Amino acid sequence: MSTPLTSQAVEPAPGVRAHHEELSWWRKYVFSTDHKIIALQYAFTSMVFLLFGFMLMVLMRWQLAYPERSIPALPFVIPLGIIGLVVIFIAGVKPSINSLMGLLLLGLGAMVMFLTSGEERMPEGIMLPEFYNSLGAMHGTIMVFLGVVPLAVGAFGNFVIPLQIGAPDMAFPKINAASYWAYFVGGVVMLASFFVPAGAAQSGWTSYPPLAAVTPLSRDVLTGQTMWILGMVFLITSSLLGSINFITTIIQLRTKGLTFMRLPFFVWAQFVTSFLLLLAFPPLEAAAIFQLMDRVVGTSFFLPSGLVLSGTPLNVSGGGNPLLWQHLFWFLAHPEVYVLILPALGIVAEIIANNIRKPLWGYKAMVYSLIFLGFMSFIVWAHHMFLTGMGTVMSAFFQTTTMIISIPSVVILSCLFISLHGGSIRFNTPMLFALVFLPMFGIGGLTGLPLGLATSDIHLHDTYYVIGHFHYVVAPGTLFGLFAGIYYWFPKVSGRRMNELWGKIHFWGTFVCMNVIFFPMLIQGMAGVSRRFYDGGQQYAHAQSVLYLNEVMSIAAWVMAVFQLIFIINFFVCIRKGKKVTENHWQATTLEWAAAPTPPIAHGNFLTRPVVYRGPYEYSVPGHAKDYTPQNQARDV
Amino acid sequence: MEIPYTSAVHPETGLYNAKGGIWLFLASEVMLFGALFTSYILLRVGATEWPHGSAILNVPLATLNTVVLITSSVTMVMSWASLMMKNFGRYRLYMGLTILLGLTFLVVKSFEYGAKFEHGLFPSTSTFLAIYFTMTGLHGLHVIGGIIVNSYLWGPGRKLWKTDPQRFTNRIEVAGLYWHFVDIVWIFLFPVFYLL
Repeated sequence: MSTPLTSQAVEPAPGVRAHHEELSWWRKYVFSTDHKIIALQYAFTSMVFLLFGFMLMVLMRWQLAYPERSIPALPFVIPLGIIGLVVIFIAGVKPSINSLMGLLLLGLGAMVMFLTSGEERMPEGIMLPEFYNSLGAMHGTIMVFLGVVPLAVGAFGNFVIPLQIGAPDMAFPKINAASYWAYFVGGVVMLASFFVPAGAAQSGWTSYPPLAAVTPLSRDVLTGQTMWILGMVFLITSSLLGSINFITTIIQLRTKGLTFMRLPFFVWAQFVTSFLLLLAFPPLEAAAIFQLMDRVVGTSFFLPSGLVLSGTPLNVSGGGNPLLWQHLFWFLAHPEVYVLILPALGIVAEIIANNIRKPLWGYKAMVYSLIFLGFMSFIVWAHHMFLTGMGTVMSAFFQTTTMIISIPSVVILSCLFISLHGGSIRFNTPMLFALVFLPMFGIGGLTGLPLGLATSDIHLHDTYYVIGHFHYVVAPGTLFGLFAGIYYWFPKVSGRRMNELWGKIHFWGTFVCMNVIFFPMLIQGMAGVSRRFYDGGQQYAHAQSVLYLNEVMSIAAWVMAVFQLIFIINFFVCIRKGKKVTENHWQATTLEWAAAPTPPIAHGNFLTRPVVYRGPYEYSVPGHAKDYTPQNQARDV
Repeated sequence: MEIPYTSAVHPETGLYNAKGGIWLFLASEVMLFGALFTSYILLRVGATEWPHGSAILNVPLATLNTVVLITSSVTMVMSWASLMMKNFGRYRLYMGLTILLGLTFLVVKSFEYGAKFEHGLFPSTSTFLAIYFTMTGLHGLHVIGGIIVNSYLWGPGRKLWKTDPQRFTNRIEVAGLYWHFVDIVWIFLFPVFYLL
């Protein structure tokens, strides 16, 4: 980019100051091509979506715990309103991240008000089954595609990769901005789908046809499901642009001396993740185009002949195959699971190495496992489809590859566990989240084994066991990794640190609640409770013995919401008023702490180009004066 | 610090950034069209009846279009080669020809589409027509995208030649790689739909 390096430091003339500052705020924070600003745009947008997806779940949990009972909307809305006002109050009147976020929180409150009213959604506060389905579908879509992936890849990847590899920016700054804006538009389309007649998509985050191709029964062009597809096309474009950028940046822009085996594990994780995004998303794009054609033009890609809907034969040419969608969808969505988990693994590895004050055990084994994992993730997708009747030969193949892919995951996790041995561990907030990630991801992984075996999957398929397993990987797994990352890199972004005491309160509350929410799901699932019951299984005899768990889980979810409010307040207060920290707050070795100033300069990052002399985790090297030796340090001083 | 290798070649990888980027983009395009062709195979294998393409589609017109598109790939290479030989006038001629050939392809294609619609053959008529229209339509969108990029490089974008000729030549090379890919997709589409 030709933008001068010192754009931040230019002082406007005294007379035009107020107007000029406002303009520069928009130029600097909204239409920016600097990777750090784009990362922050990703971070704030995705955190809003995470909160919104969580709110949808909070509403669903009411329905599951107390079906047929009117929902008290105000307890859900008032905290959002208060927090929004507090955040705005901290910000003051001038435009800033805080005031914008405060307004967004108020907007979220209004959105929840809207969702909990209306005859077609919740007549007299009682949730209709169709609306429950919408909430489920959109919770999954928003959490995965608009929340976790943009935060893990778009935000953390964008911010940290160029700094860790000693690059001035991403390889293609404009494409980077385009990637964010495509994501933003996709998110807006998804949100807007709540407002069209018949509401948002109802066919689950997987959008299986033929259901997804024919519901809602509306001749309107813009139905919720159609908007879901259009939104996905934008999100796919966004991740395509992003992944091209990440891979090119890591290959081309590593600084002098930074060989591949000297890369921090986080960069490796993002590198493999980007390849998964690059190669796995296009088949979903193809599938989305097919489904769009089915819905809008009236083709029959996923509609078999002789389909009867509500007693009347469907007037289509037929001859399509619903399983085709499942194959194309899971060809993306299984690698997507690794897209969700690998960046978090990378973050956790960084934080663990930093806080045990010794090198990671088996760095090379971890890297090779990562590459193998990325490769294998492309050939396990049909383990989601054991019950579709695709045949035992296929099942046997995919069950075998699924068992094989667990090996590299176990290698990485074991390396991280063994790394802890003999370290003098610093138990700060990021480390607590990172440490707990290990057993939580372990539970998530191990509960996946019975699902990966075709025989035991017959019993567990489509039950709450699947929900519990998946959420153990993504919620106390990935989300804890992301929380750890937020606490860890917050000082680098803002020059301040988050409050440790409130951080620890947030950690313990979330940790306990997470397990109270998700462990009962495993129990319910083993009892055979289906994941799709909109009344939580009240009408089913086999669910009666585990029905009481619904209320337990729901209360835990609401208590967890309170702990997230603590996080939000801690976050925004500390942007303004947090304790100022030194440049290398955690005494880390990697380049983003060792070479770049805090916060790094806009468009350029480094004062001089760093040169790398050593591996990423040279902690407690015997004979050295300090217990950490930064990568850019030529010899012991 | 400026971003390195925007036009110079990285000593180890032998690529400038944009060339690495376009190859990655093409890799994802291969996955997109790979998924589409795979779907074609699955739908055809599962179908009770499947028409022979030549019974429905216009083979002579498609043959003409194949020739047009291959020629446009040749002129695309010539435009890049002209820049390598510092002949900017020749570049504009060949790039202009590439754009015209691309437009010719689209015109012929629209005649083909129009004739189908006149005979009451729509995407909703049969699975064969559904996937034919979807895949050739998507390919058509890629052609349109290529024409837009090429027109920019032929028109307003050519100013870069005066300030940074190396980077401009790189842009033509990158646009060319994309254009050849679009050409190759058609070379697969033509036999699969018209001849098999």
